[in-house]
Amino acid sequence: MRPDSHEIFGRRKSRNVGLGLVLGAFVLIVFAVTVVKLTQGVSMEGFDHQTRNSLLPAEEE
Amino acid sequence: MTEASWTDAAREHETEFGDYVELLKPRVMRLVIFTALVGLFAAPVATHPVIGFASILCIAVGAGASGALNMWWDRDIDAVMSRTVSRPIPSGRVSPGEALAIGLVLAVFSVVMLGLFANPVAAGLLAFTIFFYAVVYSMWLKRATPQNIVIGGAAGAFPPMIGWAVATGSVSIESVLMFALIFIWTPPHFWALALFRNDDYSRANVPMLPVVAGTRSTRNHILVYTLLLAPIAIAPAFTSIGGSVYLVGSVVLNAIFCFGAWKIWCRTDDVAAGDRFQVEKRFFGFSILYLFLHFVLILVEAGLRVVGFAPVSLPVLM
Repeated sequence: MRPDSHEIFGRRKSRNVGLGLVLGAFVLIVFAVTVVKLTQGVSMEGFDHQTRNSLLPAEEE
Repeated sequence: MTEASWTDAAREHETEFGDYVELLKPRVMRLVIFTALVGLFAAPVATHPVIGFASILCIAVGAGASGALNMWWDRDIDAVMSRTVSRPIPSGRVSPGEALAIGLVLAVFSVVMLGLFANPVAAGLLAFTIFFYAVVYSMWLKRATPQNIVIGGAAGAFPPMIGWAVATGSVSIESVLMFALIFIWTPPHFWALALFRNDDYSRANVPMLPVVAGTRSTRNHILVYTLLLAPIAIAPAFTSIGGSVYLVGSVVLNAIFCFGAWKIWCRTDDVAAGDRFQVEKRFFGFSILYLFLHFVLILVEAGLRVVGFAPVSLPVLM
């Protein structure tokens, strides 16, 4: 019997493949949501310790 | 240590990916996904499919996380109940520490991601749901009071409300009624199960109503809660998510459900034992269909509104 043919390696492989697929799916979902939010024009800017005009509340004329 | 002894020792603890999935209670997750989807579709605000999909995924993962935390906390009683003895922790496939770590990480992760994908209201509701199921129900109520199911039912009732909040960013009468439908449905559903699984709960010292108050009192409770449920289940017909199709369907379903509860109320333990709890088992089975069909009806009404078809328009009272 080959040392890497034990049942234990099969279980470990299923765990690694499963986790890999979950991580891959997560990356795809974050990417897809980002694209949708940017397409919809949602502001993606947050506070970054600098004053920016785009983050100031709109003034009524 | 030789290679052979190493693999033999490790075999006991080598976890497969499927064991982790089982830890998230996939069967409960299916109901959570379905009811959250209905809440999302029934809402008057359209959600982008990608945002909707990502949000439902977060809700499902959050429900799974609370399931993992529940299995971690209840591992001692799961080991003595025949219904739960083959779960990943009592069967030794996943260690308690792993279950706790997975539960905590996924709980935080799902709430943060839902906040980013959808809005803070939906994320807050999901966080409260996880807290309610893992802490309020599992840790505080389940082993302390026979009313555990009554209050704990709230945890399973939140998903449609979260789905609605994903779309609208708020809570309204429609989502509260969807919550109330599951909330009031949960006690008779579980008490019917407890009537024919009484031995399991007695062995685990879980104070379910038949164990503490007896089966006569449980049968009374099932009837009262089923009668209370009927008006709450029919009420959405007179809101923006309901209509004539929902009204007719709900009246029929509630009539059948009340008749089942009445039949349970009329029986004694001897009669029930004589036919191996046929009526109780049928009532339990129908209760799942009852809830499923109510949400299907809400979905049908949402579909009819999209195509602009209303057989008979009902007044929107709420």
